[in-house]
Amino acid sequence: MSAFSAIGQEEEVSSDDYTPELEPQATWCPGCGDFSVLKALKQGLAELGKNPDEVQLMTGIGCSGKLSSYFESYGFHTIHGRPLPVARAAKLINPELEIIAAGGDGDGYGIGGNHFMHTARENHDMTYIVFNNEVFGLTKGQPSPTSPKGHKSKMTPHGNAKAPMRPMSMALSAGATYVARTAATNPRQAKDIVREAVEHDGFAHIDFLTQCPTWNKDAKQYVPYIDIQDSDDHDDFELDDMRAAWEAMRETEESLYEGKVLTGRYYQDERRPSYQEEKQERGDMPEHPVAEQYFDDSYDWKRSYDIIDKHR
Amino acid sequence: MNENELVWRIAGGSGDGIDSTGSNFTKSLMRAGLNVTTHRHYPSRIRGGHTYFEVRASPEDIKARADEYNVLLALGDSFARAPDEEAIYGNEEIKPLTENLDDLAEGGVIIYDSGVVDIEDAPEFDERAEENNWHVVPLDLREIAKEHGREVMRNTAGVGATVALVEGVKLEDIEDVMSDAMGGDMLEANIDILHYTHDKVVEEFDTDTDVTLPESQHDEEQVLVGGSHGIAYAALDEGCRFISGYPMTPWTDVFAIMSQLLPEFDGVAEQVEDEIAAASMAIGASHAGAKAMSGSSGGGFALMSEPLGMAEATETPVVLVEAMRGGPSTGLPTKTEQSDLEHVLFTSQGDGMRVVLAPGSAEEAYEQTRVAFRIAYDYNIPAIILYDKKLSGGITNVPASFFDREPNPDMGATLTEDEIEEFKREGDQDYPRFRYDAEKGVPPRPIPGQKDGRFKTSGNEHDEYGYISEDPDNRVTQMDRRLSRFDHIRDELDEEDHQAVYGTDAEDAEYGILSFGSNKGVIEEAADRLEDAGHSVGAMNVSDLVPFDSETVRNFVENVEHVYVVENNATAQLRHHVQRELGGYGDALTSILKYDGNPFRPAEVVDAFESAVEGGVETSYNVKIQHKMSRKGRDTETVKRTETVEGKGD
Repeated sequence: MSAFSAIGQEEEVSSDDYTPELEPQATWCPGCGDFSVLKALKQGLAELGKNPDEVQLMTGIGCSGKLSSYFESYGFHTIHGRPLPVARAAKLINPELEIIAAGGDGDGYGIGGNHFMHTARENHDMTYIVFNNEVFGLTKGQPSPTSPKGHKSKMTPHGNAKAPMRPMSMALSAGATYVARTAATNPRQAKDIVREAVEHDGFAHIDFLTQCPTWNKDAKQYVPYIDIQDSDDHDDFELDDMRAAWEAMRETEESLYEGKVLTGRYYQDERRPSYQEEKQERGDMPEHPVAEQYFDDSYDWKRSYDIIDKHR
Repeated sequence: MNENELVWRIAGGSGDGIDSTGSNFTKSLMRAGLNVTTHRHYPSRIRGGHTYFEVRASPEDIKARADEYNVLLALGDSFARAPDEEAIYGNEEIKPLTENLDDLAEGGVIIYDSGVVDIEDAPEFDERAEENNWHVVPLDLREIAKEHGREVMRNTAGVGATVALVEGVKLEDIEDVMSDAMGGDMLEANIDILHYTHDKVVEEFDTDTDVTLPESQHDEEQVLVGGSHGIAYAALDEGCRFISGYPMTPWTDVFAIMSQLLPEFDGVAEQVEDEIAAASMAIGASHAGAKAMSGSSGGGFALMSEPLGMAEATETPVVLVEAMRGGPSTGLPTKTEQSDLEHVLFTSQGDGMRVVLAPGSAEEAYEQTRVAFRIAYDYNIPAIILYDKKLSGGITNVPASFFDREPNPDMGATLTEDEIEEFKREGDQDYPRFRYDAEKGVPPRPIPGQKDGRFKTSGNEHDEYGYISEDPDNRVTQMDRRLSRFDHIRDELDEEDHQAVYGTDAEDAEYGILSFGSNKGVIEEAADRLEDAGHSVGAMNVSDLVPFDSETVRNFVENVEHVYVVENNATAQLRHHVQRELGGYGDALTSILKYDGNPFRPAEVVDAFESAVEGGVETSYNVKIQHKMSRKGRDTETVKRTETVEGKGD
């Protein structure tokens, strides 16, 4: 019998079940795109019938990191840039948990960029939502890794000299097996993409455009948004076609800074095994969750004395 | 040099098989009934350089490396690329011979590979050999190895020569160990080379040397282990089933042992992108319900600083190990030092809340790592094992029965689903993971996936449910609760008695020697010798660095006339820690410091003690004495007797 009975428990869940009684009102600014992420997450998980007790949310630092306070589940508000390593270890110890990591563009593409690259490379089975508002909000408007060239702030009086990085292209080349972009202004698409990402067996990266009304733009600037899957200007492409994904991502990443907001699904590869499957295949990870061992009275604990003969 | 000991040194270039040959030879001596300790000296490179492995074998209860040695097997450096005196590093080919002559005892034996070493290149070799009465045996080991197997087997040829020249070492003991380590053609060729060289030396050289292996017998069967085995095996016996890390000398030893074994222990090992990820992952694994560890050496541990603070703030248990090497920065990558004490005590922002233990031997590494896991998981706090390259790499014999222990996979302060149901407050949506009123200041935690156990946790200050809170009263209450754990932890550590006085009791001793971590064996042997020389000395090796055992250490300091604080660093970090914890006693302490990259030898402590006790500052080795509290070069009164340093030390 499992020591974690919330896992896999079939039940009816409504999005309100993910609303905490202790802090139901987020402290985000009026008009902030972060509200849309919270809503999409609640709705997406409700559609999948996930019990709040089987969901572990790991967040980074910044306005986005406070998501764990406004979402009712197990929540770990980590430190700046580190939600991914905390999250992926939890998945290795208990692969049956639903692991969701979230943070801002500075958190994930800047200070935690190394973890982003390697978590995608290893293809851990989890969902990673990056609140991409193209700016550092909580610290008051400094340029982030996705800020446009020329962005002015106290740190960049003559405008930002750096070109923005390309988050989706980076996820793709690092090895992510699901890559999508959605926008706070498109709640229906956002909910569907969150649900698909959670269902995906592998590393799912969502670049979630969240306007920051205080430091760069209000919601209007992400309207109109174009869903590339529904757009007449864009040819249909197979989601496991890496070359087509690459081209669509490139256009999407560049056009954002020209005022054209492209969103949608860009890449999905269901063939590549997840990291824990790879490890189990090699005999590098037990089939049964490590976390269950400690609650199993009949488990036979191997000890160092069993292997001491080689030292005799 | 103790006459009743064999101290054998094999020297060559990295890649010449020095370590494996040395380990196998050591094991054969252990199996023959001797007590053994080893010391490994090597540079930070894959091939070449001056490297040696030294084993000390004695019927006595030895605890440290020897002061001198009596058999040198100089293979020469077969990887030397510039065997030229004009080269910047000098003639590297002969260094395994020339660099090792200073510590060779009178009457010692030298076997060197004349196929690699041109003796003409060794300055004044014949004169020194005659003066010191060395027994010199030149052999073309390379040629012998080539003829009977492969060139790399010249180390085996050297061992064959050793057997011929040291009475008491038996060929069959060497063969035994070799056949455990290899098989097939490889074994056959090695045994052939071993016998051939042995017989050749017996036929062609005078084998009547001053060096013999004393007879000895163990009361029970022994195993050969190092501090790294102690740490790793304790972790496994405590039910640790997760390790994450990034390679760095000398921590890599523990990481490698765990990575090899965890799959067969139903656990998970992860080599990751950097040490920030490594420490964060161990925390994530622990949060999700595993006993977990990570670790590194100085520079890598610096990257773990912020995750360490996260473990402290979120009260997530984790065991980190820190294997010290010479610093600062990349420092001396393969040499030993105890200069990360303050780093480990103070790194990470805010009021630190960690436990720090520094074991003094392979056995203590095992015992204290088990204690570290127990305390970490019972108190939901990070615990650090602080050790060093010396303890990590040195191997010694321990009774096999030492490891015959019960495992302890208990997860400590965690909850079951039944307990969650029982303790959850009526009408609450979340579990009060950080409740104010917890016994011993430790609220037990649910594990993600448990029904109705969900809670928040955060590196931000948080309330009883883990929600971010900046309320002043909550802040003080939570801080006080977390701090209150240390009283209970100290009580538990008192039962472990990690600070026992060795030799004469503090009440009776005139002088004290105080040290920490891996110096334990050295100060104990030094205390024995000082007692033999008529001094009244007690030795205390401190392991509990946080929470500090103030009562025991204060008693020790107060009951002797003066205390000599021995540490492998330049800035007297332990002495400062002691003074900080005890609030004074600066006048009662004198520092004996060594920071040339090599561990202390007992003779160096004896020498410095005898000088310091007369108020002197002169020493015969690369060792400094500081009577007054001095810091970072200010008011340093130390004078090193530099004219005699040449010709001593490593």
